[in-house]
Amino acid sequence: MQTDIFANIDLQDLLEATYETFYMTILALIGTGVFGVMLGLLLYLTMKDGIWQNKYINLIVAAIVNVFRAIPFIILIFLLFPFTDFLIGTIRGPNAALPALIIGSAPFYGRLVEIALKEVDKGVVEAAKSMGAKTRTIIFRVLLPESMPALVSGLTVTVIALIGYTAMAGIIGAGGLGNYAYYFGFQRRDWDVLLICTIVIVIIVFIFQFIGDFITNKLDKR
Amino acid sequence: MISIEGLSKTFKANKKNITAVDGMTLDIKEGEIFGVIGYSGAGKSTFVRLLNRLEEPTGGRIVIDDQEITALNSKQLRLARQEMGMIFQHFNLLWSRTVKDNIAFPLEIAGFPKMEREARVQELIDLVGLSGRENAYPSQLSGGQKQRVGIARALANNPKVLLCDEATSALDPETTNSILDLLVDINQKLGLTIILITHEMHVIRKICNQVAVMEQGKIVEQGDVLDVFLQPKQQVTKKFVEQIMGTNEDDSVALLIDTYDEGKIVQLHFLGETTNQALISHVARKFAIDINILQGKITQTQRGAYGTLFVQLSGDDREIENAVNFIHNETSVEVEVIRDAN
Repeated sequence: MQTDIFANIDLQDLLEATYETFYMTILALIGTGVFGVMLGLLLYLTMKDGIWQNKYINLIVAAIVNVFRAIPFIILIFLLFPFTDFLIGTIRGPNAALPALIIGSAPFYGRLVEIALKEVDKGVVEAAKSMGAKTRTIIFRVLLPESMPALVSGLTVTVIALIGYTAMAGIIGAGGLGNYAYYFGFQRRDWDVLLICTIVIVIIVFIFQFIGDFITNKLDKR
Repeated sequence: MISIEGLSKTFKANKKNITAVDGMTLDIKEGEIFGVIGYSGAGKSTFVRLLNRLEEPTGGRIVIDDQEITALNSKQLRLARQEMGMIFQHFNLLWSRTVKDNIAFPLEIAGFPKMEREARVQELIDLVGLSGRENAYPSQLSGGQKQRVGIARALANNPKVLLCDEATSALDPETTNSILDLLVDINQKLGLTIILITHEMHVIRKICNQVAVMEQGKIVEQGDVLDVFLQPKQQVTKKFVEQIMGTNEDDSVALLIDTYDEGKIVQLHFLGETTNQALISHVARKFAIDINILQGKITQTQRGAYGTLFVQLSGDDREIENAVNFIHNETSVEVEVIRDAN
């Protein structure tokens, strides 16, 4: 009989699961960042008195965002099975989790982006217009740089939700720490595996939070 | 240089139409510092935004330097805007950029290569007196310094026109003066036409050549600053002039006459006087009389001193008479006898 409290842990499995969690989180984060900024910009630019003021586009984008935010993540994964299969060619493994992860979190981040953009001083946008700036210049040289700290802190909030989503996706076969905790910890009643998975996930969350806060502070020159 | 005809702007708010600018017509000459003054809500801020179409006019025509601004499409308008600088009450600097990069921004927009940008930015930093602060962020600057960055940024593309939207209203009096001095300096060095709007008569007095007084979207009075100071016609203009000169106290004149019962009391009007600044000492030396300054206020405008002075002249009657005639005939100061010698 072993006295080691972490007797059931296979270090190789744990490392692989941790790697998969990081893999899914980081790729989904990039996708969420890109699509979230696009959605947020679209919401901001088409709003009333916006540069591309358009009631209908604004309404449609807002509706899409709200619907996808309303669907519980675990159900979203099931709903997206055909789409995932078409896109990735499989519904298992870390890659197959990416569409659901991105579609699940981009609308949430999009709203945070919209809020961040609304916080940009309208006077600064007006100043750029008075210099004869194109809309593209206003977006990339004014709106995004001026809202960058809020964009990064919003992304930090989003990535923590994303880590939670990867664990959920893990249970239905995406791999990662959620998968490891469920099959090797919960189903075999090996509680030490469950505990170590929890600790590793909490550490990952702390790492992302720390990096996010650090970048936000570095960027903020106000 | 700038001609504006029948310019109007109507806003729709809560299904009601609000006319902010109502059929304004005026001409502004090249190299002039043109002031527009009015109380808040008079439409002056809307007016200045119409000039570069940050607000779209609902009617009228704007021609700047033979270019009809109101007829331009959006691409032409962007290019035209690059030839107009604008500064703002709240500076509107990008906090994420350093002083240097803020000033370089309009040059980036206009598509200058990096090397040229850097040289031009350094020139501008020297011009507005910010040497040594190139790498500071706006949050590290005082209000006056921020406005200097705003001015440098507005001048970066060598504009023909500088629009100033309440540029000094957020600054303390001392900083206001230094910014105004800088604007005059720029106006003289670069021959730039400046249009500034303000609610402070002090600003108009200090730097403007021409002034228009706005009320309810219309120009109610317009002309040479000195003329408007001397003969304000409208009630609103009189109020603005009083900001500088104080009220014209008739009872205080009566009090002067009562208090100083000796000699002759005269009122001297200085009307844009620059050559006779030393009038009092000059007269005192030339004639054997005593001059006692009783009350008055003189202020400086771009065309020289303007104001009134009450003085008591005492001594030999003939000498006093000669002195008054001298001022009347030989100088441009107007004399008005308030009370003859007893």
